[in-house]
Amino acid sequence: MKKLNSVTELTQFREQLLAEQQGIKKSIAICEGTGCHAYKSAAVADAFEQEIKKRGLEKEILVRRTGCHGFCERGPMAKIFPEKVFYFQVKPEDVAEIVDSTLVNNKLVDRLLFLDEKSGKRCAYQHEIPFYMLQNQVVFGNNFMISPRNIEDYIAAGGYSALAKALSGMTSVDVLEEIKKSGLRGRGGGGFPAGVKWETTRNAPADRKYVIVNADEGDPGAYMDRSLLEGNPHSVLEGLMLGAYAIGCSEGFVYVRQEYTTAIENLPIAIEQAKQLGLLGQNILGSDFSFEVKIHQGAGAFVSGESSALMSAIEGRVGEPRPKYIRTAVKGVWDKPSNLNNVETWANVPLIVNNGSEWFRSLGTEGSKGTKIFSLVGKVKYTGLVEVPMGVSLRQIVFDIGGGIRNDRKFKAVQTGGPSGGCIPEKYLDLPVDFDELSKVGSMMGSGGMIVMDEDTCMVDVAKYFTNFLAEESCGKCVPCREGLRQMKRILKEITEGRGKQSDLETLEELGAFMKDASLCALGQTAANPVLSTLTYFRDEYEAHVRDKKCPARACRDLIVFYIDPQKCSGCGTCRKQCPTEAISGDKKIVHIVDQQKCIKCGTCLQVCPSRFSAVTKLPGGPAPASVPYGTAVVQKTKGESK
Amino acid sequence: MLPDQLRSKLREMIAGAESPREKAIDVMYAIQELQGWMNDEAMVEAAQLLAMSPLELEELATFYDYIYRSPVGKFVIKVCDSTVCWLEGQLRLTDYISSRLGIGLGQTSADGLFTLLPVCCIGYCDRAPAMVINKRVYGNLTPEKIDRILAQLAQKADFSGSE
Repeated sequence: MKKLNSVTELTQFREQLLAEQQGIKKSIAICEGTGCHAYKSAAVADAFEQEIKKRGLEKEILVRRTGCHGFCERGPMAKIFPEKVFYFQVKPEDVAEIVDSTLVNNKLVDRLLFLDEKSGKRCAYQHEIPFYMLQNQVVFGNNFMISPRNIEDYIAAGGYSALAKALSGMTSVDVLEEIKKSGLRGRGGGGFPAGVKWETTRNAPADRKYVIVNADEGDPGAYMDRSLLEGNPHSVLEGLMLGAYAIGCSEGFVYVRQEYTTAIENLPIAIEQAKQLGLLGQNILGSDFSFEVKIHQGAGAFVSGESSALMSAIEGRVGEPRPKYIRTAVKGVWDKPSNLNNVETWANVPLIVNNGSEWFRSLGTEGSKGTKIFSLVGKVKYTGLVEVPMGVSLRQIVFDIGGGIRNDRKFKAVQTGGPSGGCIPEKYLDLPVDFDELSKVGSMMGSGGMIVMDEDTCMVDVAKYFTNFLAEESCGKCVPCREGLRQMKRILKEITEGRGKQSDLETLEELGAFMKDASLCALGQTAANPVLSTLTYFRDEYEAHVRDKKCPARACRDLIVFYIDPQKCSGCGTCRKQCPTEAISGDKKIVHIVDQQKCIKCGTCLQVCPSRFSAVTKLPGGPAPASVPYGTAVVQKTKGESK
Repeated sequence: MLPDQLRSKLREMIAGAESPREKAIDVMYAIQELQGWMNDEAMVEAAQLLAMSPLELEELATFYDYIYRSPVGKFVIKVCDSTVCWLEGQLRLTDYISSRLGIGLGQTSADGLFTLLPVCCIGYCDRAPAMVINKRVYGNLTPEKIDRILAQLAQKADFSGSE
């Protein structure tokens, strides 16, 4: 690759790339994001390449190994351009047929199209598929167009034109003002206005300053940053460079979790290619602007994603938060002004510079502009990454895009904002999702994880889970967070094991309020949110545990009871044979009985009881109904009545 | 003693950094790549290279989950214990792996093949429950799938051992 010495040369290079693609009639984008990759999408891509070569169509049909397409539940995915036909769960065996039918003869392969369960119709094109219909993939959309290991794809798709625009006609203040005007807020959790943060770093006097990409995405349930960084690394780098240009600095870091192996592989390749083209390094595109970027790997610590902790980790110190009497924007890495934003925030920057702040402001709500990528996971039918304008309702995301709850269960709550967020109940499903609205109902945006919970999820158990998680990940430096979580954990354990007291609920609230006020960093200040939000919206569930010693969701092991209905038991013996603790007694044609003392509540009996009998039930708690005496004969059923 | 080749690789790595300690994690990863874990000797040598005291390096090594200060198996099984995996029954699966291998969390199997560790969200929520073994991700886990994976890995270890 030849170094590009000016903006004009970049434009010429792009034109040349597009000219080379002139002969290409169709292209296939095969998702090689982590999700699809595990489902052998590489083999599918190989098969396409071989098939196309075999038919001598290399000059007309292009195969692209791209990043994540979002609809992870249905991978591996192949999208055909220009028609935007989407095939799902593609196997190497399907490839010859796709090439023959769709690529050569313009016919669809029906069985690989998305089946819309509601209408019973097959959907061929992206705009027909409910999962994509309501989305507006301005940030994520380029993932379809580019191979993350090929900078030429990014440039051909218009990449680095925002940088070129800034370097050729905008001053650093112009760029800063554009971002400020756009109203872009940090996508990592805090929602702080990015432009304001940039300005603080810009105005802080220092000989050196830094810009940082926070790719230590750790919020359980959120993986959009991974998909962006591994699928479109240049968009993040370009954003980072624009930030550096606006702030007036020439050095940057990407701090990435060790778990994101594909991102860690793709990122150095992207940096190297950008260097070769003169898009990174000294005098970028012949301008006065120079920029270097280094990659730092994490080593497994949730708290290191917090801004001050991350900066300590970059310095090679323990990744613990420090008090921020002086913001990291003023005193960060090696006490130099350091501006940190997360992956998605940086990826928005080139779009704003290119399309203008007015365009960005046209998307979203009054207080939250632009789009947001959510990872929709949990008990929802279609899991995946969803990019929608801010302000779309939770109902639209969960039910229209996500297809509602799996296995026809009932919706109970959606948990947003990661472990420090909250659980939002059904009555707020029409809430427009943005930074402010989510805070109003006691949750938060966080980095965009949306974990859907159904009626089988116990909210006290959920609160206990999050509290355990946070207690595990708390660095322990300040007392309110460390001890508060420990006490909460203890109380919740008592409640879920049937030893809770009414006063426990007040104690939890009191502890929560104290942690909020007195903790050192945001992790501690928000650590009580899971408990407080479930206490607010699902208090009846807490009360059922405390007062009746029952778990309405039938999830808490120590409370639930397995019971065999003597009217339904046929004495087949399946449950008796499979019970791991021999807690079930009975015989052929004799009603089976569960010995509650021996039962470990594993649920095996419920799983194995033949569905034509369905004699085993899981009760929320309390004493089991009195059992029949041992030796009672089963109720004889007449033919046809067995169901 | 670290092999000379690794030592010069580490020196090179450190030379490119602003301050040596900045490379502490990378240095420890490189050593672990070679010998699996950070023994006391490696800690002292690495600290020297990084111009840190062994205690300072110890502080880092014990803070992070992926720096091992005791021996680990050939395959380190990191089971995600975060929200979505938990919702999808991760606890039962972890118990299953435990009983299959006869080890608890944080322990290594007697044959030295497997270590079982719980880890924070690995961002594989669309295929929960999930785990990472060495650098590969496995999702939509079931007891049957786990049996298959463990058998495959044990076989692989056998194979590479006989080479």
